[in-house]
Amino acid sequence: MPYPFTIGSFTYRFVDLKELLAKASPLRSGDGLAGLAATSYEERVAAQLALANVPLTTFLTEVVIPYETDEVTRLIIDTHDKQAFAPISHFTVGDLRDWLLSNEADTPVLRQVASGLTPEMVAAVSKLMRNQDLILVAKKCEVVTRFRNTQGITGHLSVRLQPNHPTDDTKGIAASIIDGLLYGSGDAMIGINPATDSPAATARLLYMLDGLRERFDMPTQNCVLSHITTTLQLVEQQVPVDLIFQSIAGTEKANASFGVSLSLLQEAYEAGLSLKRGTVGNNVMYFETGQGSALSSNGHHHVDQQTCEARAYAVARVYQPFLVNSVVGFIGPEYLFDGKQIIRAGLEDHFCGKVLGLPMGMDICYTNHAQADQDDMDTLLTLLGVAGINFIMGIPGADDIMLNYQSTSFHDALYLRRVLGLRPAPEFEQWLLRQGIMDNLGNRLSGNTQKQLYAALVD
Amino acid sequence: MDETKKTGMEADDWEPLKAYTNARIALGKTGISIPLKESLQFRLAHAHAKDAVYSQLNVPELEATLSKIGLPVYCLKSKAENRDMYLQRPDFGRLLSADSVQRLQKLNSPSADVCLIIADGLSATAIMKNAGPVVQLLVEKVRQEGYSLAPLLVVEQGRVAITDAVGEWLRPRLAIIFIGERPGLSSFDSMGAYITYAPQPGLTDERRNCISNIREQGLPPELAVNKLMYLIQAAFRMQLTGVTLKDNNALDTSVVYPQLPE
Repeated sequence: MPYPFTIGSFTYRFVDLKELLAKASPLRSGDGLAGLAATSYEERVAAQLALANVPLTTFLTEVVIPYETDEVTRLIIDTHDKQAFAPISHFTVGDLRDWLLSNEADTPVLRQVASGLTPEMVAAVSKLMRNQDLILVAKKCEVVTRFRNTQGITGHLSVRLQPNHPTDDTKGIAASIIDGLLYGSGDAMIGINPATDSPAATARLLYMLDGLRERFDMPTQNCVLSHITTTLQLVEQQVPVDLIFQSIAGTEKANASFGVSLSLLQEAYEAGLSLKRGTVGNNVMYFETGQGSALSSNGHHHVDQQTCEARAYAVARVYQPFLVNSVVGFIGPEYLFDGKQIIRAGLEDHFCGKVLGLPMGMDICYTNHAQADQDDMDTLLTLLGVAGINFIMGIPGADDIMLNYQSTSFHDALYLRRVLGLRPAPEFEQWLLRQGIMDNLGNRLSGNTQKQLYAALVD
Repeated sequence: MDETKKTGMEADDWEPLKAYTNARIALGKTGISIPLKESLQFRLAHAHAKDAVYSQLNVPELEATLSKIGLPVYCLKSKAENRDMYLQRPDFGRLLSADSVQRLQKLNSPSADVCLIIADGLSATAIMKNAGPVVQLLVEKVRQEGYSLAPLLVVEQGRVAITDAVGEWLRPRLAIIFIGERPGLSSFDSMGAYITYAPQPGLTDERRNCISNIREQGLPPELAVNKLMYLIQAAFRMQLTGVTLKDNNALDTSVVYPQLPE
């Protein structure tokens, strides 16, 4: 269906919803690379004006990727919750924006409406919103999940401790873990990106992590981010797997390039549930996403990268994930060129994920060929803290020596907790106090734990 | 860290752990913040990386160095006219400019066994530092084995897959592109080498093999050239490069990847 919009004497003709969404997107290099971006500032706003008039019901009848050819589209349409949608079914996209910001749309109401929203509706409304709108609405969404501790309670901020090492050296990894724990990080998880994906190497790291966790009775969860098929194999071998990780995207074709399908994800989800290793809850999945992945695998079907990203969240939410992480600046400048684009994308992803009911966190990051630096990360970090993000990354000195990119540090996490008065996950905070690592103001203490952790490494 | 100044700086007790990793651990703190010394060290490393990304090939100097090897040298350009364009449009970096295509057409060079390409990639610094000695050593070994060589090609604003665009006109049996890798904070001068059997437009990166981190402090030139020779001979024997080549030999997989992000 075409969507014409007239400004002055000129009528823009957006041929379908897909084009309208792409042209309405705030500028980013990836949409330019795909040839989907608006060609003038006016065209972009024309698309936004036209998009504001589109009824939400249109999104249920005009899909951006055909139902017949894409299992993610089928998932979105088949699992759409009509009852939850009913109260907003008469809205246009523009109405939805105003309503989301209204006092009526409070935390419980937003929770109820989440399953009635499709990712395309949420992507669409985000394109009409300013950064402060994205922050305000996301802050009203509280998404709480549990495994060995509780994530996402308002007023708390968790950190994924990411102790990567270029050769997966056990002692090198343990040294970074100890550093992070002593800086109060690690409540979201201790999560290693392995340098190699071999089952043996992954198992070795999982045993090391599990040993450390048991020895210090840490209320946290571990993850080695190997491919989901590797993890499934290790589950069968009864290696201690806590969280099941996979990178996912918003189209069937892009997921295929990651070597996954919905049925494989379902199989892994069931395997994870069967382990029953969580103590306070059983959210077992950990997903990573990022704008641009569908385009980079040539699986975007000419859908803009932010809409593709929101569709990945529809995949994630089926499996009740413990955490979802948008690795926002990792993909490089051909998708998000500079700090401005990374910051915008980060706020969009957090908003879209939260409104769809996901426990969103973010790897606030950049590569050296993007026009960004640590000041941009400070800005996005602070904005996402205000927006109520569930977790961020903690990497020694913000410098990942294995993946060669820059993210946020243990110090950055302490900064965010301090300026916004945020606390670690409750169970983990108690552990930090019990171990004498921190006092309840977040100040580090000198105690016996340092020596014990040090001894654990030397063993 | 002059205690008498009472700046509030606190060192971490676990500094000995630095022996186990190059990660930035035990940085210490002031309040809960990173000490200035560490903050500036980080900035310096990032500055080196950024300067490397925006560094340019010194073409006359590179040409002079490569000319000594005894092969004709041709300087070409990709379709990316400048660095910002290069960064945003990887597709332009994979295609030759119209002028460069014309030059290759006029060359009318007979098909050789091996074609060596030298491109700036994401660090011209890496090429200026490492390309000369590595190419010289490789040319010697390739000649010893009796393989014929195409002219040396220098490409500005080039990406790995520009190999395929070159392949379309020169039709070598095999091409190797030496290219500056994406700078990290710990190294901004690493050169990569990607080997493609029968390069032609339309190939994807799983059809190539890669040797990474070529530099004095990483994989030194002689070792790199030995690995390349191994791959060249395996590629001619099996008539392919890429994932299958990796799977079927006992090369150290930590060094030879079927593909790497550019």
